[in-house]
Amino acid sequence: MIILKLLNMVIALAAAPLLLGIINRTKAVFAGRTGQPLLQLYYDIWKLLRKGAVYSRSTSWIFRVGPVIGLSVALIAAALIPFGGLPAVISFKGDLILFAYLFGLSRFFTVLMAMDTGSSFEGMGASREVTFSTLSEPALLIGLAAIAKYTGYISLSQMFSSLNLSVWLNAGPAFVLVGFAILIVFLTENSRIPIDDPNTHLELTMIHEVMILDHSGPDLAMILYGAAIKMWLLGAILIGIVVPVHSGNALFDISAAMLFMILLAIVIGVIESSMARLKLLHVPQLLIGATTLSILALVLILR
Amino acid sequence: MSLFLWGLVIIFVGGLASLINGRRAGLASFFGAAGAVAGSITAVIPAFKVFLHGVTESFRLNWNIPFGSFFVQIDAISAVFLIPIFGLSAIAAVYGAEYLLAYREKKNLGAPWFFYNLLLIGMALVVVARNGLLFLVAWEIMSLSSFFLVTFEYERQTVRQAGLIYLIAMHIGTAFLVVFFILLGHHAGSLDFDKISGVPSSLANVLFMLAIVGFGTKAGFMPLHVWLPYAHPAAPSHVSAVMSGVMIKTGIYGLVRALTILGFPPAWWCWVLILIGAVSGVLGVLFALAQHDLKRLLAYHSVENIGIITIGLGVGLLGINMNSPILAVLGFAGGLFHVINHAVFKGLLFLGAGAVLHSCKTGHIDLLGGIIKRMPWTAFTFLIGSIAICGLPPLNGFVSEFLIYLGVFKNGMGGGLEAVIPALIVIGALALIGGLALACFTKAFGVIFLGHPRSDYAQQAHEVGPGMKFSMVTLAALCLLLGIFSPLVIKSAENVILEITLLTFPDVQAELASASTVLWNFVFVSLILFGIIGVFTVLRKLLLSGRCVRQTVTWDCGYAQPGPKMQYTATSFAQPLTDLFKLFLRTRKDISHPKGVFPVQSAFHTDTSDISEKYMYEPAYKWISLLLSKLRWFQHGRLQIYVLYIALTLGILLIWKMM
Repeated sequence: MIILKLLNMVIALAAAPLLLGIINRTKAVFAGRTGQPLLQLYYDIWKLLRKGAVYSRSTSWIFRVGPVIGLSVALIAAALIPFGGLPAVISFKGDLILFAYLFGLSRFFTVLMAMDTGSSFEGMGASREVTFSTLSEPALLIGLAAIAKYTGYISLSQMFSSLNLSVWLNAGPAFVLVGFAILIVFLTENSRIPIDDPNTHLELTMIHEVMILDHSGPDLAMILYGAAIKMWLLGAILIGIVVPVHSGNALFDISAAMLFMILLAIVIGVIESSMARLKLLHVPQLLIGATTLSILALVLILR
Repeated sequence: MSLFLWGLVIIFVGGLASLINGRRAGLASFFGAAGAVAGSITAVIPAFKVFLHGVTESFRLNWNIPFGSFFVQIDAISAVFLIPIFGLSAIAAVYGAEYLLAYREKKNLGAPWFFYNLLLIGMALVVVARNGLLFLVAWEIMSLSSFFLVTFEYERQTVRQAGLIYLIAMHIGTAFLVVFFILLGHHAGSLDFDKISGVPSSLANVLFMLAIVGFGTKAGFMPLHVWLPYAHPAAPSHVSAVMSGVMIKTGIYGLVRALTILGFPPAWWCWVLILIGAVSGVLGVLFALAQHDLKRLLAYHSVENIGIITIGLGVGLLGINMNSPILAVLGFAGGLFHVINHAVFKGLLFLGAGAVLHSCKTGHIDLLGGIIKRMPWTAFTFLIGSIAICGLPPLNGFVSEFLIYLGVFKNGMGGGLEAVIPALIVIGALALIGGLALACFTKAFGVIFLGHPRSDYAQQAHEVGPGMKFSMVTLAALCLLLGIFSPLVIKSAENVILEITLLTFPDVQAELASASTVLWNFVFVSLILFGIIGVFTVLRKLLLSGRCVRQTVTWDCGYAQPGPKMQYTATSFAQPLTDLFKLFLRTRKDISHPKGVFPVQSAFHTDTSDISEKYMYEPAYKWISLLLSKLRWFQHGRLQIYVLYIALTLGILLIWKMM
């Protein structure tokens, strides 16, 4: 059992950077380009790990410990998330709260790293980051509360392993709402369109990318890898809720989950290719909307 | 018990010795602080004993006042409050000994130390008093001594105004408490707490509302909190730490004590508490976000944390009402643990703010910046405090919020609508508070300690001395230890919970045991997290060693002359959120736009005044003063006439008595 649990974590850590490759390839196909290799992020991380670093004179030790804390949090969070029917390495009652708050910790340091440079662009990105994450947190927690209410469990592993595809017959509407809410949280937390544009060419319009503008070398590698893991984990939550395939055969379940992760990446690519970024002023409305969807889902499940 | 009373005596003697030696600053500080520390250590021993073993200690003396008796008792509830009171006050006293020396030229240091020690005695007596009259006397000692501490720098007009607001607010609160005790005494025929029982529900409802207003004024419930943002910034920083960390908790204590006296809670009490908690929590942190002054910002955060504590109490009370041990145990455990945690991290943050004030001579956030390099110790401890107050793992602030979450989650799974609605409110409120607190403290820490100095104030920053450093480091270590050892703390809370909830011992024990099992998991995760951080830190060092590591300017998009003024300010950092919640904040913005081809001057100023002060108290006081001005002829300022009034009143009372 413990090997299976560890397998779950190994998959997360190994396959996480692939998601971004698939998203970018999808976008390239839509734009009629060849696009970068699927494994580009692996190459980037590898390249960065072998480089030196450049630091701004205004920065302090906060700027240097930030990436370490961010990646460590991502790793430990990976131990809390179940995947494809496999339970998480560590699971206990209320682990979903710890999961949400751990990412709060890494956000705390990301924002401080940005403030440490004294750059107005990075301050701007930091300000937007805290604004949007403030609003996305209630949506995530209430959405998970709805699932917890449906299953009767409050640990992520028990919750997800007790779901199966029949939820769509029993509580379809509620799951649609939670799915949407968590998709919006996914897009926000991973800085994707329509909330943030990772490929923008202007510092003024970025959120997450601008906060790490001054990082280089191994530090940047750690940040990129941490962000990839975070995307994988939130994706795992999303597909764990929306397409809970539990056949009893571990191998089949994992393969199905992997397939759905790839599908999710393609969907994100399609969203990014077909939508423009929202005006920053409209993002809060979207996030409050997500919270409302979560509340509605909870009400529906209660009925 | 005698150890406890001896401790108070030591504290008093220390204060007195300091008062006598007021002209000699060094001696005054020594006696004051030494008395506070030695007395606290002595008096906290019985409190720890009671907390761990649950054996109540009491002491009773007759007192020659109608209904009064010197009846004091330490039970587990008192102990939970006594431990942070003595702990934080002793640590803050060490800090104050150094902090106050900066005033040695201008001020007599005897008075502040005398009142500091008196405040400590007042707080301790409030928590152990078991007689209504004694309680009120102790309450008044606490309020008055803290008033004299708030007005320490009375030569400044703003401080005098703050003191006045504080004095009035405290006495409005006390007025409600006087009525509370009169009604209670009238029912029971005695003011000794152990003689009061069987309060009828109609009376209990009235008493509950009186307690909410009376104790809520002290604790700082919205909208009774108006004194906090004035009094905390005005007081010397170690006093602000004590006032915010433990003194306002006596309001929470009073409420808890009142709840144990008033009997079985109807559902609406629980809802009132949960809603007050949610409103105070969310609005407290929102107003904090809009502040420019560090200590004022921290004062609003006290409102927020009192909100979280009150949510915990409300959830616990709901557990009693719904007969759900899960909710009762986890709600009260979370709320009371947050009382201790808040004392630690808020004490730490106020001491940190004091250190910044001490060395930079300003608390205006937008004038500071980059002082992490000049004040590394202060910066590090302030960072720990910030992480703790945001409720982030692995520190203590997370644990208390986690327990409340766990309670409503667990209970919500089993129950129907009546269990899910509170869960929804509590989860929503705590999640929103958490996010906003993160925004607020990244703003405070980021703008004050990181980046470039924004003014000459920040340029002159220098690290504080050993006494102040010691206090801050101790509190920072406590933030971590209370997080890591939280399972043990929670497990030993059974006596307190038993006293409040009247559940059976096995129920409480089972719930606490399961909560502490969950917390061991959290501790396990935290320890692994520290391990991974350690490994990666080493790995990063190894990777960078021997490679080219350069220093340069921050990326400036090719702009030739970036300056510190171009940094993002605290105001602009908070602006998206303050705009989003402008319905509540009503921030006033004064803009003078740059004009012409070569603009000379432009300015932008924001001011967020308190809504409840502006739209509730100001109009109310205007009416009251208008009404009372009609009675001015009554007051002549002549002593003889006042004596006549007294004689007349006594005469009328005598006649009334005869009839």
